[in-house]
Amino acid sequence: MSTVANTLEGLAGSPRSVAPESRAIPDARLRRHQRLDLLFRLVTRAFAFLVLALLAAILASLVAGSLPAIRKFGLGFLADATWNPVTEQFGALAPIVGTLVTSAIALIIGVPVSFGIALFLTELSPAWLRRPLGTAVELLAAIPSIIYGMWGLFIFAPAFADYVQPALTATLGEIPLAGALFRGPPIGIGVLSAGIILAIMVIPFIASVMRDVFEVVPSVLKESAYALGSTTWEVVWNVVLPYTKVGVVGGVMLGLGRALGETMAVTFVIGNAHRLSSSLFLPGNTIASTLANEFTEAVGDVYFSALIELGLILFLITFVVLALSKLLLLRLAKREGQKT
Amino acid sequence: MTIYARRIFVNRFNLAVSLLTMLFGLFWLGWILFTLVDAGFRAIGPELFALATPAPGSAGGLSNAIVGSFAMAAGGTLIGTPIGIMAGIYLAEFGQRGWLAPATRFINDILLSAPSIVIGLFVYEVYVVSTRHFSAWAGIMALALLVIPVVVRTTENMLRLVPDSLREAAAALGAPQWKMITLVTVRAARAGIVTGVLLAVARISGETAPLLFTALNNQFWSLDLNAPMANLPVVIFQFAMSPYDNWHALAWAGALLITLGVLALNIVARVFFRNRTATY
Amino acid sequence: MAAVLQPAPQPQPKIQVRNLDFYYGGFQALKNINLAIPPRQVTAFIGPSGCGKSTLLRTFNRMYALYPKQEARGEVLLDGDDILAPGQDLNRLRARVGMVFQKPTPFPMSIYDNIAFGVRLYERMAPRAMDERVEWALRQAALWDEVKDKLKQSGTSLSGGQQQRLCIARAIAVRPDVLLLDEPASALDPISTGRIEELVHELKRDYTIVMVTHNMQQAARVSDFTAYMYLGEMIEFGVTDEIFIKPKRKETEDYITGRFG
Repeated sequence: MSTVANTLEGLAGSPRSVAPESRAIPDARLRRHQRLDLLFRLVTRAFAFLVLALLAAILASLVAGSLPAIRKFGLGFLADATWNPVTEQFGALAPIVGTLVTSAIALIIGVPVSFGIALFLTELSPAWLRRPLGTAVELLAAIPSIIYGMWGLFIFAPAFADYVQPALTATLGEIPLAGALFRGPPIGIGVLSAGIILAIMVIPFIASVMRDVFEVVPSVLKESAYALGSTTWEVVWNVVLPYTKVGVVGGVMLGLGRALGETMAVTFVIGNAHRLSSSLFLPGNTIASTLANEFTEAVGDVYFSALIELGLILFLITFVVLALSKLLLLRLAKREGQKT
Repeated sequence: MTIYARRIFVNRFNLAVSLLTMLFGLFWLGWILFTLVDAGFRAIGPELFALATPAPGSAGGLSNAIVGSFAMAAGGTLIGTPIGIMAGIYLAEFGQRGWLAPATRFINDILLSAPSIVIGLFVYEVYVVSTRHFSAWAGIMALALLVIPVVVRTTENMLRLVPDSLREAAAALGAPQWKMITLVTVRAARAGIVTGVLLAVARISGETAPLLFTALNNQFWSLDLNAPMANLPVVIFQFAMSPYDNWHALAWAGALLITLGVLALNIVARVFFRNRTATY
Repeated sequence: MAAVLQPAPQPQPKIQVRNLDFYYGGFQALKNINLAIPPRQVTAFIGPSGCGKSTLLRTFNRMYALYPKQEARGEVLLDGDDILAPGQDLNRLRARVGMVFQKPTPFPMSIYDNIAFGVRLYERMAPRAMDERVEWALRQAALWDEVKDKLKQSGTSLSGGQQQRLCIARAIAVRPDVLLLDEPASALDPISTGRIEELVHELKRDYTIVMVTHNMQQAARVSDFTAYMYLGEMIEFGVTDEIFIKPKRKETEDYITGRFG
């Protein structure tokens, strides 16, 4: 602890090691640093702009390509179910309905099952099983969708036609009104099959997301509920789910986005029929499967343009779903008082 | 039933259902993988890698498709990765002020969930129409457009994980920002960024839709990037939807190859990330 | 309204703070700080959490400039130049004023490269000269003997105390005038802490050291001058012995005797 006197003394003498002299930093070097900093910032900024520009370009080119069809069919395109390449009469209703119905089936089946799997992985599974099962689910999510499509066509569809469809007709087909959905020829391919394959494809994805959010719930929170005597189910339903609802909703929305845009898993088994039918057993179409099946063989400007307009509609549907989900998440987060 | 008994019942019931869903999921996984391996292995042999795709009924392999897939995936990754990393750096390091960063993030999310067939449509309109033919370049463009959003997202997330104290330590030495970012921050996040790239590669390896109207397909052996190029996913699509048995067999083999490739990439990415992440 | 005690007449202060206010967005974290940091001495900033001591420290190398909503008003003179003036080159400033943080922050590169990083920014050196500088810095930080055989290993492979000495060596290697230490030992075990304190004691021969600490005993052991802060204000500044034995303000006395904080 030096006193004032030591201060003065310390200045006079020189230490045992190399004393730091005051150093002149060349101005040129500093200016070079400044210029490079600016350059770096501009370059990375440009790349960020590129991402924006890409979206704009995609939208612009889709709109440009759809113009002939928009001009010919107008808004009626959305409500028309005819699809006749010969007379050049096209309508998007069948593919749009097909897209929405298959995705709905996928979510109706997929969300509860994913929830059950996530629940199992986080609460029920013995510790030694957790890692391998979790990895298995993640690997399932990585399998390319064309595999699901192929398997659906060659393996699932025949089995579905032989065993499940007759059973469904006999049971659910008997319900008045709604039963019409399940009555029809058991051919194996069709809207319902496509929806089921889509569900199988989407389940690992949503389950992984749910599992990830369930895992970060602080154990003290769950323990507090257990300490009050709650059962496992009650803890999950009343504590874990509300805590993670933002992540869960986000995961479901992402799954929905995937289902809407999915091409290969659906194209193999949906049957490529441009018609609206009252039965889920009959073949149908989604926007993506229409494009996959018909684009390379389309002849004539109107045909092409109608297909591109379908693509534009699909893009807008997924955009709307994504925007809605972000809004929903914002609303949820705000209610919790979190800053987004 | 007393309230307590009801609660116990509900609990047991729901947990049983949860177990059932797990078994349900495993059932499908098992069935799909079994079929894939069973049907795929039957068609695997040395000719698979030596011969090009055959006409219906004749013998052949998938060599041109395998090489084509490799080439286009490599091209797409090489083009898309630098763009994605640079944009990700902007978002993480310069994105605190202004409107560009939040807008880019939102747009990136849209691109990330955009249906890949629409991306293919876009490349068709912009490149194939103007060059008047299908080509591998178009396929590469489409795949690059799929790689970019994935890499942007993972790069930004990984950079954000680097603690501010590290950046401050570099600034405290008088390092200019570009050196701080490239020599310190990006280096600290490099394991995560590489993992993100590997996952992007895994994703595009299995994509069929964007190649359907860009690279199309090619029956013969061709390395010309300006011509349609054979690739596994489209070959599988074409062969599987056909009525010919030998084509079906090749389709299964191709499906098995793709699946093995994608799974291998995923596992490598995982292991790499686990081993190389520095902890702070 | 801060009470300032200048020690008895002495050479030009290394850092002179005049009427300094600091804002985090709308919140004022420093209120009218006036202070003179003597050269080649250890000055400690003490005070309860949130009193502004780290904030004040970070104005000396304008570290806050990295963050958009943080703003300083007033004057901070380093050897007579106001570093808050517009047009000041921040990189040049930070090459003269070094900083060591609470958590050890080794860069993801070898030990050698960690030390060389700062030097390479501003000096062009032949490999032999760089080797010498690295060795000198590591010796100054009392780390040379422990790492001289593993200079190529990653900086993150060292223990916590070693990492912190690495960070000190890295800061010294560029030969700054001033060393800012923000709670340098609080993340370390007692033995490492002791070594850091010895180091500080030796380093003050060559560098002006300003140290933030929440540990009063450490301040009493290590520093020559102490500043006590509370809620953004400089309450008292003086020779360490006097502050701790006979503080002039009641607030200081309350804090030191543990009546609060």
